[in-house]
Amino acid sequence: MIPYEETKLMKQIEECHQILKDPNGYVKRFKAESGRKVVGTFCSYAPEEIILAAGAHPFRLFGSGEKIRLAEAHLQSYCCSLVRGALEDVLDGRLAFLDGVVFPHTCDSIQRLSDIWRLNVPDCFHLDVVLPVKLDTDGARQYMIDLLKRFRVELGEKLGVRISDDDLRDAIRIGNRIRAALMRIYHLKGERPEILDGSDLYALTRAAMIMDRTMVASLLEEVAEELEKKSAGQSVAGSAQKGTAISVPAPKRIVLSGGVCNQPDIYTIIEEAGGAVVGDDLCTGSRYFSGLIDENTDPVTAIADRYLARVVCPAKHRGLTDRADHLVRLTREKQAQGVIFFLLKFCDPHAFDYPYLNEALDRAGVPTMLLEVEDRLPADGQLRTRFEAFVEMIQ
Amino acid sequence: MAEKDEAKEKRKIKTVAKMKEIMTAYYIDAKTAVQTGKKVAWITSGGPVEPLIAMDVIPVYPENHGAMVGASKMGADLCEKAEAMGYSSDLCSYARADIACAPVNGGPIGGLPRPDMLVCCNNICGTVLKWYEVQARFFKVPLFILDTPVCHTGYSEEAKRYVKGQIGEYIAFLEKVCGKRFDYDRIKEVGKLSVQGQRLWQEILDTAMNRPAPISAFDAFFHLALIVTLRGTGQTVDYYKMLLAEMQERVAEGIGAVPSEKYRLLWDNLPVWYRTKWLSEKFASHDACLVADTYTSAWCGALRYVDENDFLGSMAECHARIYLNIGVDEMAMQVMEMADKYDVDGIVMHSNRSCKPYSFGQYDIQRIIREQKGLPTLMIEADMVDERSFSEGQIETRIDAFIEVLKGKNQAMG
Repeated sequence: MIPYEETKLMKQIEECHQILKDPNGYVKRFKAESGRKVVGTFCSYAPEEIILAAGAHPFRLFGSGEKIRLAEAHLQSYCCSLVRGALEDVLDGRLAFLDGVVFPHTCDSIQRLSDIWRLNVPDCFHLDVVLPVKLDTDGARQYMIDLLKRFRVELGEKLGVRISDDDLRDAIRIGNRIRAALMRIYHLKGERPEILDGSDLYALTRAAMIMDRTMVASLLEEVAEELEKKSAGQSVAGSAQKGTAISVPAPKRIVLSGGVCNQPDIYTIIEEAGGAVVGDDLCTGSRYFSGLIDENTDPVTAIADRYLARVVCPAKHRGLTDRADHLVRLTREKQAQGVIFFLLKFCDPHAFDYPYLNEALDRAGVPTMLLEVEDRLPADGQLRTRFEAFVEMIQ
Repeated sequence: MAEKDEAKEKRKIKTVAKMKEIMTAYYIDAKTAVQTGKKVAWITSGGPVEPLIAMDVIPVYPENHGAMVGASKMGADLCEKAEAMGYSSDLCSYARADIACAPVNGGPIGGLPRPDMLVCCNNICGTVLKWYEVQARFFKVPLFILDTPVCHTGYSEEAKRYVKGQIGEYIAFLEKVCGKRFDYDRIKEVGKLSVQGQRLWQEILDTAMNRPAPISAFDAFFHLALIVTLRGTGQTVDYYKMLLAEMQERVAEGIGAVPSEKYRLLWDNLPVWYRTKWLSEKFASHDACLVADTYTSAWCGALRYVDENDFLGSMAECHARIYLNIGVDEMAMQVMEMADKYDVDGIVMHSNRSCKPYSFGQYDIQRIIREQKGLPTLMIEADMVDERSFSEGQIETRIDAFIEVLKGKNQAMG
């Protein structure tokens, strides 16, 4: 007999998996039912709270992985699959439901995608948020605040609303609930990797970028609670059975590092090879939800301050060793035995950081493996063999 | 044959020797900085060099070094070395070559002189930020970043304040690293010389408005070194005066860069450094002259924003609004203005694997130009330094076919 809570948990996770199979379909239905405007965003620096506060729905764009045909006429083959894929989707009409799109400045490719999108996609408002690249000076902080204030006004104009401080505070609270719940879930996964499949964790995180934020906040909070209960229950059961249980080798603890990872299969293949992802530094993972926004101060300043303090993306600058320090700290905290770099081909900022991050981990005695992916994972067997060899090698 | 050689000799630009002399002296100066007690700063090509000159700091340009690596055909070898260090082969070849040179003093001039500081302005790309971070960690020297938000559709008030504020931070940085006060009188002089140099450079490029053009983009790629490297010095002003005089003389005598100029073309993107001679001869063999380019003209593009009498005050805008730091549509506008100004018959675009901000958007620029000007465009797929990305046979075929298109157009019109 599976307890009631467990069934509920499975259902919630299954719901996220279903949404992930067709994010556009979900958002189209959501838009029809709620009447809310949908605003597409790129990257984890898109100020989702301001979009939410405007009464619109922020929807993170990744590219659906369809064959590139139309985007060929705009972007060369040495452009990453995320940028080409998103352009392909919009040119092919798969994103016709978007009311607008917001481009935070990150890398050179996104910068040009913004221009190309603006010139080729009609009937969809377009806003650039040209964020500072350095995040460690007072001037940059002030610019970030000024810029978000401007964005608040511009977005309000596009959507025909006035965004009040109270709207922003409400949105910040929802965002914080999502982030706090995801942090709890990630924490549990790190503590007890067997409690949740990696692909489930992936689905929960990605769902937070797609689903109605109020709904997903509640869903994630419930999932966190149920997992905590499950974990507590297992601890009790575990200690009661001590000495009698058949010992199953614990999975090798792995941290994933890189940019966008929209390959849920990778988690499963790692698990089947005898590993488990116990933490990450991914922009589709912990970089998305790390750090809460202060709810008791000026809301725009508070949003800016989270971006300045948050784990940094390699397209931004906050000191010379910030990312390596974080990654080494993360592997220690998570007691990781190895790091897998998951890099998107043609992603310059990540490719530039890889050698020094790798060196820092080497000095810290953490073995690493590099996996570079263009648009889909390498043939299953090949990847499995590589992961197995890596998992076997690490202690 | 004798006559032909004589004509060829006549077409050679005479000041080249002087230029080589200046550049050699400059590199010797930079390489002996340790002995002379001068400080050395590595700086990006779009970076604010004038305050360095005002502080007696020797500016050194890793990008110029990258170009030298390319021209000496050492690119593929150095890029491979960087790849062995873990840098992806998809990264900028200037960066790869420079990163590979640093630890072993490799490359055509035995490595660049060790920097005392790094100055990085991201108005040209995000790559320079990552590249300079790598070098700042390697050399363990302070890094200053001039962060110039990209002007997709304009220069916002917020960005204006932000960049302006950073000029002050930059001066404070220099004072700290150099251990002396900034000389506000000196920067005025340096600023004037810089503007004068930029104006002269523009005038030199503009002599190509004549038919035949006395100077081609291939010549400009070479003579560019001074406006990049020694902008703000009297030396640059003197040299460009000489070069301008020579160009004016050539105009008067009707000497063209290409013997019998029939087609006038505009080049877009960085040069293919290891194939400039081949490309130059290839186009010349078709009586085609590259009379202008978007690359070398970028060093005088800021003239529209500069205030000679308030150089420091206008510096922020000059750096934020350069050619690459604007939207693709504004870039297309500027290309079309140049196409008109130099009266070109077509555009040659180098789709450069190394330079994403320069290359992504080229297809749209191509389309806009076709729609608005009806000008034909040739797209060449290559890389500025890594010769492994150059396919001679394919490019030759494409150039030949492009010239056929131009011929057809000429005949239809004639």
